Amino acid sequence: MSAELGIIAQQFVNGITLGGMYALLALGYTLVYGILLMINFAHSEMFMFGAYVGLFTLQGLSRIAFFTSSGPALLLLYALTFLIAMIATGILGVVIERFAYRPLRHAPRLAPLISAIGVSLFLQNAALLWISSRSLPFPVLFEVRTFRIGGASISSMQILIIVTTIVLMLVLDSFVSRTRLGKSMRATSQDRDTAGLMGIDINRVIALTFFIGPALGAAAGIFSGMYYGNIKYNMGFIPGIKAFTAAVVGGIGNLRGAMLGGFLIGLLESLAAAYISTGYKDVIAFVVLIIVLIFKPGGLLGESVAEKV
Amino acid sequence: MGAIRNGLVAVNDFFSTRVGRIAFFFVLALITLFLPVMFQAAGNVFMVRIFALVGIYVLLALGLNIVVGYAGLLNLGYIAFYAVGAYAGMNLGFLMQELLKGLGFLGERPENWSYWVLLPFAAVPGVLAGIMIGAPVLRLRGDYLAIVTLGFGEIVRIAVTNDIFGVSNGASGLPGVGQKVAPVAGQMWVRENLSFGDFLFSKDLYWYFIIVALVLFAILVITRLDNSRLGRAWVAMREDEVAASSVGVNILTTKLWAFALGAAWGGIAGHTYAYWIGFISPESFNFMESVLVVCMVVLGGMGSIPGTILGAVLITAVPEVIRALAASPLLSGVLTPEQASLVGDYRFLIFGGLMVVMMALRPQGILPSRRRARELQPVDDTVLAQENQQLWEAEHKHDSDSDII
Repeated sequence: MSAELGIIAQQFVNGITLGGMYALLALGYTLVYGILLMINFAHSEMFMFGAYVGLFTLQGLSRIAFFTSSGPALLLLYALTFLIAMIATGILGVVIERFAYRPLRHAPRLAPLISAIGVSLFLQNAALLWISSRSLPFPVLFEVRTFRIGGASISSMQILIIVTTIVLMLVLDSFVSRTRLGKSMRATSQDRDTAGLMGIDINRVIALTFFIGPALGAAAGIFSGMYYGNIKYNMGFIPGIKAFTAAVVGGIGNLRGAMLGGFLIGLLESLAAAYISTGYKDVIAFVVLIIVLIFKPGGLLGESVAEKV
Repeated sequence: MGAIRNGLVAVNDFFSTRVGRIAFFFVLALITLFLPVMFQAAGNVFMVRIFALVGIYVLLALGLNIVVGYAGLLNLGYIAFYAVGAYAGMNLGFLMQELLKGLGFLGERPENWSYWVLLPFAAVPGVLAGIMIGAPVLRLRGDYLAIVTLGFGEIVRIAVTNDIFGVSNGASGLPGVGQKVAPVAGQMWVRENLSFGDFLFSKDLYWYFIIVALVLFAILVITRLDNSRLGRAWVAMREDEVAASSVGVNILTTKLWAFALGAAWGGIAGHTYAYWIGFISPESFNFMESVLVVCMVVLGGMGSIPGTILGAVLITAVPEVIRALAASPLLSGVLTPEQASLVGDYRFLIFGGLMVVMMALRPQGILPSRRRARELQPVDDTVLAQENQQLWEAEHKHDSDSDII
């Protein structure tokens, strides 16, 4: 295999890994938008919060000798870390919805957006002031092995991230399409008032949405910490924008669209970093966002948006 | 509580009278014109600099208020126009100096006329950038627009950090090696002719007065705009786009005007800031700055000029003043320097919390525009009934008047 193809294959692997994180985060944006028609600007802070909770849980639990004694125990440690971080972040999401967004449900559309920016500012600075202003190392407790496939190499970490991401997506997808609660979520996103008339508890569905989205965001945050080896109070901002772009590219409000969009943005970014310039790699997402919004505001899998201007 | 409330009402009543209003403006003029001079006389240059900085932010907030307050479009990348103005001003200034040097016009003591020569055109780079970003994206729904403008702000910051077109000298900022910003024309003159005794008419004081003049000019222009055909079109569009377009308001051009005219003040502020400080780097133009300006407009009152100014003053000055007061011997016993610097550290946290609280409890801001308050605060049925009653009575009275005639 030629070196050129090897680079492409390598960027493909990196892009899929990145894309998985963006997709998980994008799901949160798309879920909330689907139901409340608002951009949850504070969602990028869920990514950050989840990473911090994950770090502290990992540090705390790894002091117990049992968890680091054997392979299966280590797996249990990581599973617990994810579970605790996701639940904690989910609860934070529900609390934010209750206090910052619910009072504004009938306000003009600018109001919840400004409120969300406030929440984001608050959480970022809370992490900066009360945890640390510097980046904290995120430990990796297992031995990372690298496998070579053709010209590309893939690490066990990347495999873990990709596989877990896909599992989480499958769980979410079947939850939304198969269960009763999922059905009520779909109904609410189609027409909130009518869903209410059909006996669906709207507030409960919205709270559930604000639990699931941040929980998935927390998982993405931990992945980011594991992958890059450190976390910082402002780590959510750039991935947040990229994930939002991913949600729009896929068609905002559409779950499978968000997953597709996430992988697309991840791939595009890693290819751009290799072939255009690393300095401008963060610009790619913004440019894609602007182009998609101008030419296909409904996104790839979204329905055409009736409301214009 | 009742006494405080009554007191506030009394103060408000006093300021609504003619005498009260004159007194209020007199005090305001006294503060804005003489306080910085007093600080300068006391040798406290730091406070003069804060006054000037507040002025820059007032200018920015007034500009953003056109976009957010009048047209109802959220722009989260407003600082990009500030950056464009600053970088354009610096680079054109360097070009001018080169040109003058080449023509042999620069004497022994080169004074820098580029600030003054470029000032009438300072808005142009901002306006161009505003139109460039506005034209394709203004069709978008409001919240999409917010994210796209945020993206635009980041693109500008990243481009400047990567030394785009070789004009920004990357992360190390301007002026780069071999470039020099000479003292701006007039600065030396006031220093030599208006200083007496111990009082030094410093560079910062000079710039403070330029900035005050610009703010007054901005207030004048924006007030006129607010009462113009365009201003009414903005209000109509903000309240109901469909209704506005059905009575002949061209939504796209109206939005574009708001964007361009808002960006103009960003450009002017950037140009002025660049020549005042004499150094610019990408750090000064990050997303947090954009959020801060949005905060000023929201906190003070969207669509209200006094409110916007108050918001800018509160957000820029209060943390700095508390820090400065704690450092002064006057208050050293009350607040330790550590506590005072904590105030500075906590300000973003507090602003974030304030934005949430304001949206829930008082979305119209501290000093709201009356019209905006009505839009943002869902009207109580009893209030509505009362107003309808008054309206009916007024009309009825008018009818009976015409009967008599």
